[in-house]
Amino acid sequence: MAEAHPVGFQYVVEAKNRGAKVIHVDPRFTRTSALAHSYVPMRAGADIAFLGGVINYILGNEKDFREYVVAYTNASTIVSEDFQDTEDLDGLFSGYDPETGAYHQGSWAYEGQQEDDSVRDHVESHIDRETASGLEQESHGPPVPADVPRDPTLQHPRCVYQVLKRHYARYTPEVVERVCGVPQDKFLEVCEAWTSNSGRERTTALVYSVGWTQHSVGVQYIRTGAIIQLLLGNMGRPGGGVMALRGHASIQGSTDIPTLFNLLPGYLPMPHHEKHATFQQWVDSIRHPAQKGFWADAEAYAVSLLKAYWGDAATRENNWGYDLLPRLTGDHGTYQQVLSMIDGKIKGYFLLGQNPAVGSAHGRAQRLGMANLDWLVVRDLFMIESATFWKDGPEIATGEIVPEQCRTEVFFMPAASHAEKEGTFTQTQRLLQWREKALDPPGDCRSELWFFTRLGQLMREKLAGSTLPRDRALLDLTWDYSGDDGEEVLREINGYDVATGAPVPNFTALKADGSTACGCWIYSGVFKDGVNQAARRKPGSEQNWVAGEWGWAWPSDRRTLYNRASADPEGRPWSERKKYVWWDAGAGEWTGYDVPDFERNKAPGYRPPEGASGVEAIAGDDAFIMQGDGKGWLYAPSGLIDGPMPTHYEPVESPVRNPLYTQQSNPTRKVYERPDNPTNPSPPERHGEVFPYVFSTSRLTEHHTAGGMSRQLAYLSELQPEMFVEVSPELAAERGLEHLGWAHVVTARAAIEARVLVTDRLTPLRVDGRVIHQIWMPYHWGSSGLVTGDSANDLLGITLDPNVLIQESKVGTCDIQPGRRPVGPALLDLVRAYRDRAGLSPDRHTPLLTEDEQA
Amino acid sequence: MVSKNSFYGPLDPAPDAGYPDAPPRMGFFTDTSVCIGCKACEVACKEWNAVPDDGFNLLGQSYDNTGGLTANSWRHVAFIEQPVAGGGHGTDVPGAFAGVPAGPPVSPHTAVVAAGTARDGGTAPGVPPAVDVFAAAATTAEPQFLGMPGRDLPGRTPDAPRSDFRWLMMSNVCKHCTHAGCLDVCPTGALFRTEYGTVVVQEDICNGCGYCIPACPYGVIDQRKDDGRAWKCTMCYDRIGDGLTPACAKACPTQSIQYGELEELRGRARHRVEKLHEQGVTEARLYGHDPEDGVGGDGAFFLLLDEPEVYGLPPDPIVPTRDLPKMWKRAGLAGLAMAAAVVVSFLGGRS
Repeated sequence: MAEAHPVGFQYVVEAKNRGAKVIHVDPRFTRTSALAHSYVPMRAGADIAFLGGVINYILGNEKDFREYVVAYTNASTIVSEDFQDTEDLDGLFSGYDPETGAYHQGSWAYEGQQEDDSVRDHVESHIDRETASGLEQESHGPPVPADVPRDPTLQHPRCVYQVLKRHYARYTPEVVERVCGVPQDKFLEVCEAWTSNSGRERTTALVYSVGWTQHSVGVQYIRTGAIIQLLLGNMGRPGGGVMALRGHASIQGSTDIPTLFNLLPGYLPMPHHEKHATFQQWVDSIRHPAQKGFWADAEAYAVSLLKAYWGDAATRENNWGYDLLPRLTGDHGTYQQVLSMIDGKIKGYFLLGQNPAVGSAHGRAQRLGMANLDWLVVRDLFMIESATFWKDGPEIATGEIVPEQCRTEVFFMPAASHAEKEGTFTQTQRLLQWREKALDPPGDCRSELWFFTRLGQLMREKLAGSTLPRDRALLDLTWDYSGDDGEEVLREINGYDVATGAPVPNFTALKADGSTACGCWIYSGVFKDGVNQAARRKPGSEQNWVAGEWGWAWPSDRRTLYNRASADPEGRPWSERKKYVWWDAGAGEWTGYDVPDFERNKAPGYRPPEGASGVEAIAGDDAFIMQGDGKGWLYAPSGLIDGPMPTHYEPVESPVRNPLYTQQSNPTRKVYERPDNPTNPSPPERHGEVFPYVFSTSRLTEHHTAGGMSRQLAYLSELQPEMFVEVSPELAAERGLEHLGWAHVVTARAAIEARVLVTDRLTPLRVDGRVIHQIWMPYHWGSSGLVTGDSANDLLGITLDPNVLIQESKVGTCDIQPGRRPVGPALLDLVRAYRDRAGLSPDRHTPLLTEDEQA
Repeated sequence: MVSKNSFYGPLDPAPDAGYPDAPPRMGFFTDTSVCIGCKACEVACKEWNAVPDDGFNLLGQSYDNTGGLTANSWRHVAFIEQPVAGGGHGTDVPGAFAGVPAGPPVSPHTAVVAAGTARDGGTAPGVPPAVDVFAAAATTAEPQFLGMPGRDLPGRTPDAPRSDFRWLMMSNVCKHCTHAGCLDVCPTGALFRTEYGTVVVQEDICNGCGYCIPACPYGVIDQRKDDGRAWKCTMCYDRIGDGLTPACAKACPTQSIQYGELEELRGRARHRVEKLHEQGVTEARLYGHDPEDGVGGDGAFFLLLDEPEVYGLPPDPIVPTRDLPKMWKRAGLAGLAMAAAVVVSFLGGRS
């Protein structure tokens, strides 16, 4: 956190000065460790084993916050008797289909719901994997019915609590040590600190950075953290939560109003051509009739979005223009796109504020893909590698790209920086903060708003008069932006009454009859009363400690989600110290320091009438109001493609045989089995010893991601001027590496070179009886800028998490050797020789389902 | 205006320099116990003061690629990796590598380089660092390191496995001494004492004579290679006059760099040391805070977690002008003696 988020780390330092204990768990000793009381080294890619061990510690010692767990989680819910655990099936849950490499999720359901209509949605989970739609209504939760059998005593052998307890029973401190390389006493120190700082009087926040998500089981990493936080009563309460520190400003914003292929604004799913053939199918797939919660009003959000897009052209008769929306036909994620470019299926590409030639996994594939386009538009502050790869990329030296012959026509559009345009950033707390423009951008640099407004105008001019149906979507768009007024767009995002143009106060005011338009329903209220609420700047010293008058948080300006859970089932604060939102019986309403995340006048004792659904079905103590059963999920009965509970799988590339199961890696991971995307062998496959070391990458304080914004600046470049690789003294001795000398790092994809830093901050670990060496590299360098160097992301292959299609880029295996790498075609020969030694013929791929031990 | 302590000893420098109604003396208190090594101070300083970059050189001194305070780096963050432990109170991590199959620390040579105690050769980056043998001795166990480059590969010395660890970070800066050697020797008046008690070079007056360079007991002030003029921290003289905080302190996210009235900062620092001692961080100590020291106390002082040498700071800095009165006295005596001898010789001639 001190490395990549030094400004945020000031609050850790402040907490430490006030007596907080800081523990840092990381494969390498970083600037964060330097200020911690305790440092826990561990093996990259073994996080579920570690956190699963924490769950086992909590359940085994009954350290859970029992009242909270019974009231607000699904711990008491009974799971179907068809369910079988990884502990029974040696690393697989019930329902695995080797044909599709995915699960039939029916057996995971709650008791009596195996054949329920709502479960059927997720029968074809391999299609969900293609379209990253297993989880697409992020805060929604997949469909479950409102009423399910429960055992509040938590004694039923098939209640979630007992299922969870059995699942993690093997994750003992001994096993954690064996899998993660973490000494037992250190592991127990973490367990003790976490549990003793949670409960009625205290809360603990879990803060992670997005490298945590970049694993083939990335979603399950976060899930494991969430399970711990639910068991300890740390959700919906002040000082608790699971917070993602984003890698860029407004990454939260770019999923809320997404730049993702599978989502529309406000987590409405992008329609699939087969699953959502009609408007009604699409809407029903979101709201799940007969289910509890606020998604029941999804039709109003959907219709209002279509009204915002197509205005008068969106009518009840044409289903609000639903047929104008594009459809998903499969995987259109960023990695599929680049492979399609290599295959010549994609001809044109827009790149905005992204530098995949350096920043994305498998850099060579990224560059070869972009070198096979008709045209490429790059909008950035600087001439980044993704705009110059055709003349200075590593493939020039190897002869794979010949500048004179590269067919891609690159258009570089200089972009305005954040100080040169107005708009909002949305941060991890879902807080929108408005920024003023400080100065005009220089020269031809322009804001995104300017660019896209005019691009849209030009395209509509070109298409004017067209009668082709495919052009209707563009021609019917309401496209009346001035192009220089950010608040104009924020008003549309807030939503307005179509007849009067008046801003709506809240998403509850949105209608499904076409009388309202809204660009993003969860942002509704940001322009309440015609005032830019995101621009509020009341100092913290002039308001309460929640500081609700600074900026604006979605939804409805709530600073802490699910904050109904900060009070007990009767609506009383759990403790005076952690008082946040509570029921005022006298006034008959919820009140507190924050905006209550609950219907204001629904009493704690409210119980829904028989047959109720939607908002009416939320009981007075259903704190998790967006979930189909109103509960926080310790166990996910459907929706997660790789299983209802996190379980330890090895990274796709690992020098270690999975100590827990026959199944080595995530059996549902998304793979691209192509000759240009080889995977280093891992046990039980043979020849893993060719790539004996674990590597991980991350950021330095001094640079920003792929370096586009920092390697162009002298004051930052001089602070970290060169690509380097950190190794322990032990590994340096083993491989003959010298401090400040050169080394090259090799995988089945690439070989890169770097200067060596031998440092005590890295250490070997003892894992499953063997000594495992880990090396670490920053990934900031590329071929252009003031300082240049090889890119660590070139080392990576493409294997993705099945739920959200994010790449496994924080752990892999490699070899490291002293000296510089070869140049020119000899570089390709070196990598090929490694592949040959590892037995990686072009058609050799690791099977999803681990085969029995090979002789 | 010359007073009893004008050359040595406790003094409020601004009134001594001729500001009858001087505002309170301003200073920096740099608390290294909360420094996270982000280097925002270095960057903010360069941005505000338009200081050029210092060259793109990987130095291998842990994460320090600046090397030291130079004409082109007015803030410098040192990084010191040490296989040692104190009390384990969040400034060191005892047992950081306990229980893992770690060997001994890196070799003495790399330990010294990593300790950041090597001195950069000045404005010509890339000059091989000179190894401080005393720092080497301080950071490594027996046998004593004598400054020869190690021939063993790192990790091959048969020492005990490393276990404890700490990573010290410190943002260094011009000390704005009460008795500033640089200022006292400046023949052109380019260096002057401001009303805030700080020491500033005027770049339009400096003639590049370089006298100030050896006069600084800390090795701070430095010449640029191009025309030889001298440059160093101004404590953002052009900001503090408008009531603004200097750029480095403004940018520091953890309040490791604190700016304010020196007297108030000294009190705050004493309080901080007491608090750290209470928390068990007994190694915490102040450096440069004492008006009785060899420079009359620094305008920029530090809270350190180890001996000053470990951070590349002199343990006992003394302003070169300390002996000036004595020298004048001796010169005067010599002159008198000469005159007396002359008189005597004439008298003697007569007799």
